[in-house]
Amino acid sequence: MNAYSVDHSHDDHHDHGPPPGLMRWVTTTNHKDIGTLYLWFSLIMFFIGGFMALIIRSELFQPGLQIVDPHFFNQMTTMSFWILPFGFAMMLSTLFMDGGGPASGWTIYPPLVLQTGDALPFLIFSIHILGVSSIMGAINIVATIMNMRAPGMTYMKMPLFVWTWFITAYLLIAVMPVLAGAVTMLLTDKFFGTSFFDAAGGGDPVMFQHIFWFFGHPEVYILILPAFGIVSEIIPTFSRKQLFGYSSMVYATASIAFLSFIVWAHHMFTVGMPLVGEIFFMFTTMLIAVPTGVKVFNWVSTMWRGAMTFETPMLFAIGFVIMFTIGGFSGLMLAMTPIDFQYHDTYFVVAHFHYVLVPGAIFAIVAAVYYWLPKWTGNMYDEKLGKAHFWLSTIFVNILFFPMHFVGLAGMPRRIPDYAVQFTDFNQIATIGAFGFGFAQILLLVVVVKCIRGGSRATDQVWEGAHGLEWSVASPAPYHTFSPQPVVK
Amino acid sequence: MSHAIQDKYFVPEAAKWPLVGSISLTILFCGFASYLNGSLLGPTLMVVGFILFIIMLFGWFGQVVNESEAGIYRKWEDMSFRMGMCWFIFSEVMFFGAFFGALYYARELSVPWLLGEGDGLPTHNLLWPGYTEVWPTNGPEDLGGSDYHMGWWPLPFINTVILLTSGLTVTWAHHAIKVDNRKQFIYGLFLTVLLGFIFVFLQGWEYVYAYDQGMKLSSGIYGSTFFMLTGFHGLHVTLGAIILLVMLVRAMLGHFTGQRHFAFEAAAWYWHFVDVVWLGLFIFVYITG
Repeated sequence: MNAYSVDHSHDDHHDHGPPPGLMRWVTTTNHKDIGTLYLWFSLIMFFIGGFMALIIRSELFQPGLQIVDPHFFNQMTTMSFWILPFGFAMMLSTLFMDGGGPASGWTIYPPLVLQTGDALPFLIFSIHILGVSSIMGAINIVATIMNMRAPGMTYMKMPLFVWTWFITAYLLIAVMPVLAGAVTMLLTDKFFGTSFFDAAGGGDPVMFQHIFWFFGHPEVYILILPAFGIVSEIIPTFSRKQLFGYSSMVYATASIAFLSFIVWAHHMFTVGMPLVGEIFFMFTTMLIAVPTGVKVFNWVSTMWRGAMTFETPMLFAIGFVIMFTIGGFSGLMLAMTPIDFQYHDTYFVVAHFHYVLVPGAIFAIVAAVYYWLPKWTGNMYDEKLGKAHFWLSTIFVNILFFPMHFVGLAGMPRRIPDYAVQFTDFNQIATIGAFGFGFAQILLLVVVVKCIRGGSRATDQVWEGAHGLEWSVASPAPYHTFSPQPVVK
Repeated sequence: MSHAIQDKYFVPEAAKWPLVGSISLTILFCGFASYLNGSLLGPTLMVVGFILFIIMLFGWFGQVVNESEAGIYRKWEDMSFRMGMCWFIFSEVMFFGAFFGALYYARELSVPWLLGEGDGLPTHNLLWPGYTEVWPTNGPEDLGGSDYHMGWWPLPFINTVILLTSGLTVTWAHHAIKVDNRKQFIYGLFLTVLLGFIFVFLQGWEYVYAYDQGMKLSSGIYGSTFFMLTGFHGLHVTLGAIILLVMLVRAMLGHFTGQRHFAFEAAAWYWHFVDVVWLGLFIFVYITG
């Protein structure tokens, strides 16, 4: 007990630094150390997931079955999505069990998923563990934002990245328990004789899809809202202007979160729903284009007549705005029920969500890495390599995903290891794009490692146009960033 | 804002408990999964994981209790605890929401559609000829053999009275500790814990009765929703009662003052939450069921 400074009158700046060696990382309670752990973990997951995606693309290089059998293909498509260390380890282990990996796509629909062998309870409990992790992390973020803002940091002065995380964390707390409920029902249906998803007992497999997508649609905004926040920080910095329409950005983010709860059934237009349901979910889904349009308008307006420079983070941010918008437009097409009847479960859907998640979410995250890397390591990264990384990624990501629109419109179904010969050309182009994009990501790893090991010293402000609290402390930031608190005017 | 009063926030030291917690949960769940797969190692792993988990709870909560009793937490830290608890309860509400949602969907959509509602097609005549049941039902294949309807009288009604009364006694305890009346605080807590465990006992009795009537977890959608909803609620009441029991022990050890008793308040919030869930169950599972 004596180690705590109960007497707060003296400066406890140097109270406790990190313990030495490995224990620093295992037992840390420091927000930046934990952040570092998260970042390394996600970088590793990025490469594991990417590697699995490349196996899929190799299989699809030509029609017929050549590299993996259909069963393994199926498991791979499940694996690349659900990935934190213990939960992840449990989930990954399912690939090697008796009866193979999960017998379904990542959406774990019954009755198919209930045909899984030994892997099923491991899959379900790994989702429970990942859910616990998400809820605890999210409660921490919400409580921190509500309770620990610096004096003078009112809600409407918060950086937009903080705002988007606030709303993201709220969504996590709201929907992760629902997913936990859904997978618990799968577990009891399989092992304890319940019949939630079994028509013979009065249940309905479609009920799972409703509960799953009540989680699943807010979940896709959980993936993209932080990206919106990142881009809303980077574009003002490199345009040397304040963000255009700050408060409309906040309200747009909140509206997107609200709408996310009432659009879920657009994932299942073809499953059998009352007409009134189809129409309701079509219109609510199209409504999302309004707040999202407000955001894109504000990003473009922030750049308008700005003194712009194009460092790597800015390039990735601009790439995000353009390519995310392409994904948004194809989303609008899919929102229209009668049209979705044609597109459902085709590669057009694959093209849509990869445009919003790869050149969307991932480009924004990579932009954030370049933007905050000098603050994190204290060194500037290699700008030349960064720019090369951007251009290679942008070119190859389009070669990878754009042709998927065409094969999708022509009728190529998703989740298959084999396809009709007529789709071959576009699939070969996509696979070439995939390997180009995959190898280009090695540059990211090189840039990060090089930057940690050295480089020209970063100043406190790092970027000429950067404003905000984190740019007022040293690079890298001191172990306890602010002690005492800064006052925001 | 609270932090204007205080310029520094408590910074914890390096902690081993989060890691122990993660490892214990992993062992526990891996054990459960192996058990479900028929592995003999499963139950052993579950026991090891569970013991580790309990050690983690004692270690971690013990540390927080010591820090609290040492007066390290002030208003600002206190607010973090309050917010954390509120959001945790919110997540629990959403968890129950999934099961109430399933109940609603089964009653209003899946069973009527099995009877031919919806597009009015005759498919159901081919798939499930002769199925005419409405809620409560164990489905066209009469799963589990019985869909004996669990009424709201007398056990569930008595349980409602018990839980509502326990809500009053916990509030009595709260008012007592606020004016530093430890004796009444302990009485109020004791009664609450007692009522809580009586509730759990009666719920168990009701389950025995249901199984005697042939109404089981496997009795189609009615059995599934009935036992999963009341079962998860019963689990939460048990947890809530254990948490309140810990508060009772702490109260007898002289912990808490009129100003500083958030752990008790959190337990009381949790107790009111399970109370409200029960009212939902009483209306939607028992009365209208």
